[in-house]
Amino acid sequence: MEIPYTVEPRPDTGLANGKLGIWLFLASEVMLFGALFSTYILLRVGAIEWPHGELSVKLGAINTVILICSSVTMVVAWAKLKLNDFAKGRLYVLVTVVLAAVFLVNKYFEYAEHLAKGEGPWHSTFFAIYFTLTGLHGLHIVGGIVVMLYLAGPGAGMWKSNPEQYANRVEYTGLYWHFVDLVWIFLFPVLYLL
Amino acid sequence: MHSDPEAIRKSIRSYGIVGGLLLVFTAITVAVNRIHLAVPLAITVALIIAGMKGTMVASIFMHLSHEKKWIYGALLLTVVFFIVLLFLPLAAVSDTIGTPIQH
Amino acid sequence: MEKTVTGTAHEHGHAHDHAHEELGFWRKYVFSVDHKVIGIQYAITGLLFLLFGFCLMMLMRFQLAYPLHPIPIIGSWFGDAKAPMGIMLPEFYNQLGAMHGTIMVFLGVVPLAVGGFGNFVMPLQIGAPDMAFPKINMMSYWVYFLGGVTMLASFFVPNGAAQSGWTSYPPLSVIAQGGGQTMWLIGMVFLITSSLLGSINFIVTIVQLRAKGLSYMRLPFFVWAQLVTSFLLLLAFPPLEAAGVLQLMDRLAGTSFFLPSGLVVSQKPLTVAGGGNPILWQHLFWFLAHPEVYVLILPAMGIVSEIIANNTRKPLWGYRALVYAIVFLGFMSFIVWAHHMFMTGMGTNISAFFQVTTMIISIPSVVILTALLLSLWGASIRFTTPMLFALAFLPMFGIGGLTGLPLGLAPSDIHLHDTYYVIGHFHYVVAPGTIFALFAGVYYWFPKATGRKMNELMGKIHFWGSFICINCVFMPMFIQGLGGMNRRMYDGGMQYAHNAGLLKWNLMIGFAAWGLGLFQIPFIINFFASIKWGALVDRNPWEATTLEWSAPSPPGHGNFLTEPIVYRGAYEYSVPGAAKDFTPQFEPERA
Repeated sequence: MEIPYTVEPRPDTGLANGKLGIWLFLASEVMLFGALFSTYILLRVGAIEWPHGELSVKLGAINTVILICSSVTMVVAWAKLKLNDFAKGRLYVLVTVVLAAVFLVNKYFEYAEHLAKGEGPWHSTFFAIYFTLTGLHGLHIVGGIVVMLYLAGPGAGMWKSNPEQYANRVEYTGLYWHFVDLVWIFLFPVLYLL
Repeated sequence: MHSDPEAIRKSIRSYGIVGGLLLVFTAITVAVNRIHLAVPLAITVALIIAGMKGTMVASIFMHLSHEKKWIYGALLLTVVFFIVLLFLPLAAVSDTIGTPIQH
Repeated sequence: MEKTVTGTAHEHGHAHDHAHEELGFWRKYVFSVDHKVIGIQYAITGLLFLLFGFCLMMLMRFQLAYPLHPIPIIGSWFGDAKAPMGIMLPEFYNQLGAMHGTIMVFLGVVPLAVGGFGNFVMPLQIGAPDMAFPKINMMSYWVYFLGGVTMLASFFVPNGAAQSGWTSYPPLSVIAQGGGQTMWLIGMVFLITSSLLGSINFIVTIVQLRAKGLSYMRLPFFVWAQLVTSFLLLLAFPPLEAAGVLQLMDRLAGTSFFLPSGLVVSQKPLTVAGGGNPILWQHLFWFLAHPEVYVLILPAMGIVSEIIANNTRKPLWGYRALVYAIVFLGFMSFIVWAHHMFMTGMGTNISAFFQVTTMIISIPSVVILTALLLSLWGASIRFTTPMLFALAFLPMFGIGGLTGLPLGLAPSDIHLHDTYYVIGHFHYVVAPGTIFALFAGVYYWFPKATGRKMNELMGKIHFWGSFICINCVFMPMFIQGLGGMNRRMYDGGMQYAHNAGLLKWNLMIGFAAWGLGLFQIPFIINFFASIKWGALVDRNPWEATTLEWSAPSPPGHGNFLTEPIVYRGAYEYSVPGAAKDFTPQFEPERA
């Protein structure tokens, strides 16, 4: 039994099921991070003083550059698949994974530095919201890496049986990944600069 | 959905260009931060730059610029509620009865 | 690559020569990806949790009717930590209260109304072979199950289950000792995840998998209700998930998201950084919890609409108005939440804003109720058991809705907030409101799921007994609340002089509650006995017009034997000139 419009789009909506599904998921993620940004606003407005310059702008900026590059490689990966170039497509997905891993390594060093100074989430509301926002964001990066590794590895068999659906899956993963990048584009100035 | 190879190759070029622009804007954000603006102005500038970067990611990388009505509709609804979530609690604590509690 | 677009099914029980082999027991009944099996799993689990949550309440009502008396017969079951010598400790009362609310709302009503009825009925009503994402559907059930197990297990940890109300307000919930509150938070994360997976599935299915000819304005109102409900779940739950993470961090990582500076607990200052805001929790919680109450009522309105149309043999009055009203209601539900927070010291401007939006939101509710009432005018009513429950829903929801008005108006809320009036109000909407609608739905769709009808006499006993008892439980609460009796007091409010004349109602409420419990027994027996011995029926025993009744009873894998096509609106009953008093959506036009 086939579920209709899994691969080819439904004529009146112009969408395949997965495309609508991933966008709805991203909508819920907007609300999730929105709640944390709302928390940030309320805590900052209610604080007598708010720390400035506590975080490493250099590391933050480097990570921003890394994520932007990984967004480029992810969307190019999908484009290569649409050009029927599986080898290049898979390569770009793996490059994205490597960039994501570097991001996490940087994050590890950043966290370790703060924790060594006793600046954990318990230290102040600033560090509480810093660790929570970047921690949740980091978990999303890990999730992205897992899915990408699956698509490049055990899931790659679908390219042979159903290349269009495989390309769609890479596209949807890319949409998720761009969203993760988008969140960081706002996180970086809010936490590190302002 | 483009299945035409030439169109896709063009898109790949545009992805690279947008990526470059994003890096430039990142540099601008960091540079502007060096000028110590007043907090409200600093917030406005930072959010405008971040907003431009976000729009580029959404419209080009996420193909939102030529997406379908249902996606736009769901996102519009989400944006409205996002703004509600961000600003109504703030309005609630800003509009307090009586004087603030002193320590 | 060419793929077939239609989803046709196979006659249930026939042998078929297909590529896939017959599934084993575990894949067929436990880890099934079939929406009907998953729907039944949700429904039965939901009903069991409703029963469990009801039992918690019956215990509470004993304490309130006979404060500090030993619980009879089963008093020794609870151990010394909860009820030494069978006498309920205040801590145990608070656990029962918090978990009764949590279980009824999140483990009982929503899984039954959305997970159960939504999953089973909606794909059939739109002519789909299954949900858009069957594996995600299965995952959403099992994650719900995990959340439920977590919640139940929390009773058995030291210090017992969560005991800071289903609302878990900090600082109390943060400083609460033991693992109960932490497990509540973890359980909520599971439940919210399950809900998110489900809501994405529902929206994509309704948008993408409607049969040929099924335009939006031909959809059964039940499907519209599920669509709006799914948007509420999708966009309102994530802030509570975030808040749950924040409270977990306050409890486990020593953060102070919700802990203000200078907090003193048991005469010792709390050694935390401080600077947090307890009101932040309330905003994030109610941002979800208000739309949540519409999640509780919307599917019920959908169910009642289907049953009323069917048993009046008339189209629903004002279908378009119903659709616009329910969409508007869904939208408004996101901007009324702080009417739960009128007493938190918000300024007059913002209070006025929320008061206005709350008054506005009553309009679409009234439109829906009025349309359903007008649907009865000039009708040829069949008083079947589902129809009795559906009819009772109307005045019960009316009372619930009207009693909400003095709560939504800030000045009167000053007197009524946190009193039994609130408990009376919301229970009227959920208990004789939603739960009656859910009972109606069980009786109505039981034949589709099993191929047999439930017993009418037992159904009528269930109905009348429940209807009388449930009103005796909740009506006195308005009197108590208006008299100023506070909620959540483990001794029923004995300590306060102003409650003196009101305590006697606790005795009546207690007996009515236990009576209500007794009247569920015919339902439980009827439900299980009818699976085996109920009267056999064909596809369309109620002579209904919507698509689900064109599938076999029960439908096989893939649902429909031939591709379903829709030719007309959902409620073409008593069409002038037609041979029968109903013209199904799926019947082709006569030549």
